Amino acid sequence: MPSSKVFMPPRHYLNDGYGIKSWLLTRDHKRIGLLYLAAITLFFFVGGAFAVLIRLELATPAGDLVSDETYNKLFTMHGVMMVFFFLIPSIPATLGNFLVPIMIGAKDLAFPKLNLASWYIYIIGGAFTLYALVAGGVDTGWTFYTPFSTVSSTTNVIPTALGVFITGFSSILTGLNFIVTIHRMRAPGMTWFRMPLFIWSMYATSLIFVLGTPVIAITIALVAVERLFHFGFFDPRLGGDPVLFQHLFWFYSHPAVYIMVLPSMGVVSELVAAFCRKQVFGYSFVAFASLAIAVLGFLVWGHHMFVAGQSVYSALVFSILSFLVAIPSAVKVFNWTATMYRGSISWQTPMLYAIGFIGLFTIGGLTGLFLAAVGLDVHVTDTYFIIAHFHYIMVGGTLMGYLGGLHYWWPKISGRLYPEFLAKLSAGIIFLGFNLTFFPQFVLGYLGMPRRYHAYPPEFQVLNVLSSAGASILGVGYLIPMIYLMWSLRYGRLAGSNPWGAVGLEWTTTSPPPTENFAETPVVTWDVYDYSAPLEDHVA
Amino acid sequence: MLPDAVHHPHHPALAHQFDSLAQQSEAATLGMWVFLVTEVLFFGGLFCTYTIYRGWYPEAFAAASHELDVTLGAINTAVLITSSLTMALAVHAAQLGQRKLLMILLVLTMALGASFLGIKSVEYYQKFAEHHVPGPSFQFEKEYVRHAQIFFSLYFMMTGLHALHMVIGLGIMLVMLGLAWRGTITPEYYTPIEISGLYWHFVDIVWIFLFPLLYLLGRHGP
Repeated sequence: MPSSKVFMPPRHYLNDGYGIKSWLLTRDHKRIGLLYLAAITLFFFVGGAFAVLIRLELATPAGDLVSDETYNKLFTMHGVMMVFFFLIPSIPATLGNFLVPIMIGAKDLAFPKLNLASWYIYIIGGAFTLYALVAGGVDTGWTFYTPFSTVSSTTNVIPTALGVFITGFSSILTGLNFIVTIHRMRAPGMTWFRMPLFIWSMYATSLIFVLGTPVIAITIALVAVERLFHFGFFDPRLGGDPVLFQHLFWFYSHPAVYIMVLPSMGVVSELVAAFCRKQVFGYSFVAFASLAIAVLGFLVWGHHMFVAGQSVYSALVFSILSFLVAIPSAVKVFNWTATMYRGSISWQTPMLYAIGFIGLFTIGGLTGLFLAAVGLDVHVTDTYFIIAHFHYIMVGGTLMGYLGGLHYWWPKISGRLYPEFLAKLSAGIIFLGFNLTFFPQFVLGYLGMPRRYHAYPPEFQVLNVLSSAGASILGVGYLIPMIYLMWSLRYGRLAGSNPWGAVGLEWTTTSPPPTENFAETPVVTWDVYDYSAPLEDHVA
Repeated sequence: MLPDAVHHPHHPALAHQFDSLAQQSEAATLGMWVFLVTEVLFFGGLFCTYTIYRGWYPEAFAAASHELDVTLGAINTAVLITSSLTMALAVHAAQLGQRKLLMILLVLTMALGASFLGIKSVEYYQKFAEHHVPGPSFQFEKEYVRHAQIFFSLYFMMTGLHALHMVIGLGIMLVMLGLAWRGTITPEYYTPIEISGLYWHFVDIVWIFLFPLLYLLGRHGP
């Protein structure tokens, strides 16, 4: 480990103004990142509480804890909270906000006021959704399928739809800000191929934000207008087509999966390089794989609709295109593995998360190939196999990367180190709890247990109890980091500017960084991930 | 990188995160273009829905389209195109630093935009009076009554969303007028006018597509 002097800088972004106004009116991308961190953590635990209730209900075959209608609301609110208010903003809005300007040597994002506005938009959208929850919940599933959502459901569809609609604009503004910042704000010497892979993944994610989000916004708006004013867009009684809603919905919501996982891939690339002390193997392939995933992601939405009355020919085309996504994904997995090969690996907490990500993402990705195959997909559609698959991507992938990134950059964010032993322990608990929760669901789904029912035949109980037990372990695993990260804010050991001995620009400034990020604009003279010499030599 | 000739480190309009006005202007312009790409996709969902239903129900769509007032629609098209002209001239005036002319042209643009909205609301009122607003009170010849509702749903949604953009555009023009009034806009710094112009032209172009798609169905020769 490097021996740079460890000190707390006298002036940094956290002590540049105190009081509620200095936070709520800030334009500093780092503070806005922390505002997002607080908000998404809240939604994560609200969404998590619904998951707890779902797993409690499923511990026994009979529908005894909650009624079927309540259960419908539970899984809907779990999905809405987790997808729109946690997973989608998770890494981009927190770590991305904090890191994009610092990693490219800029003072701030291109549009700081817009950045703050995006947080308020997110909060307003969240408030509508929380209102829907308090007013009695919503039961359409997070997918809002018509005509149930427009005609039949008697629950709070409109406030929820408004919440999702509004929050979409916070994603769009974040994506816009990142794209412009990456194009126009790079420090001298920070060429495109010297950009960290995290920046490439943020760029790819931003493209999806900007191109995909408006489509779901208008789609959800159509649902709300149809429900509110009895207009007809998808209403079969007027000759409308409910399947058209599904097309429009998945045109965004499949790419949204890549909004969730691409940022995590970016984080993992950073972690693997830093903890193996090596240039990422095939850097440009990993960078372009991000863009390839973003582009291909827009061409595969039909694989959500193999049983929805889509023509066989479209299904075949969507099936082939879906298989293609495996190529850039595999490029990444193989390149991370090749980077680790003969690397000088140090088993710090972030690296544990990175390895967890690679393993779980591989399982999630490979089971995705099962679902891209039309015949097999028809067999497992709407079963727990699907649930297990996308939780391996979203929890095993996104959340692992998020936690890994949060630990890796926590010393930069807070200026202090977290307790390493506890962190390793909880990484282990999360990995164990996660697999115990979701692996049995693959088996359950393959055996034919359908999703979205609160009761099930008794022969499925053993696997369901395993899953519920795993979920309680997973829950503990999430609580521990929250507690010790808060604790470390005050009591953690001082981190110093570069606790990991990494070579990115973010490690050249103090921890925590000053409000303007760097004392003077950095000039980049070394290649990305150049571990042939320590950072001090590069800077000097 | 950026030419040093346009380096104004102490210009009052220069935001702290930028090194130069040129960088700031490039960033703002790129930001507006990216936003317009988002807008294309936003309207794109509607255009896609329209295309599918028009392909399925061409006769009903033509019959419903005949109920729209082509004259008012055509007048509105002319009004909007003229407002784009005054907007383009406003950008030119800003570049040359002709403050008074700039303000006159902005007011003209706003007046034309407001006339568009006025004519549009007359049309909406007519549709309301003729029971062509979708829903329980919708009335239409029996053969097409179901599919015509889809047409009018799309008509109100698309033109409504466009009108909302016009209202936002008027708000932006008001802010621009304020900037011009205070003398913030100079030949060195006219980016706000320029990118507001981009937005205004975009909203105009959306209408150029909406007009034939909604008003001119089945009106060509035999």
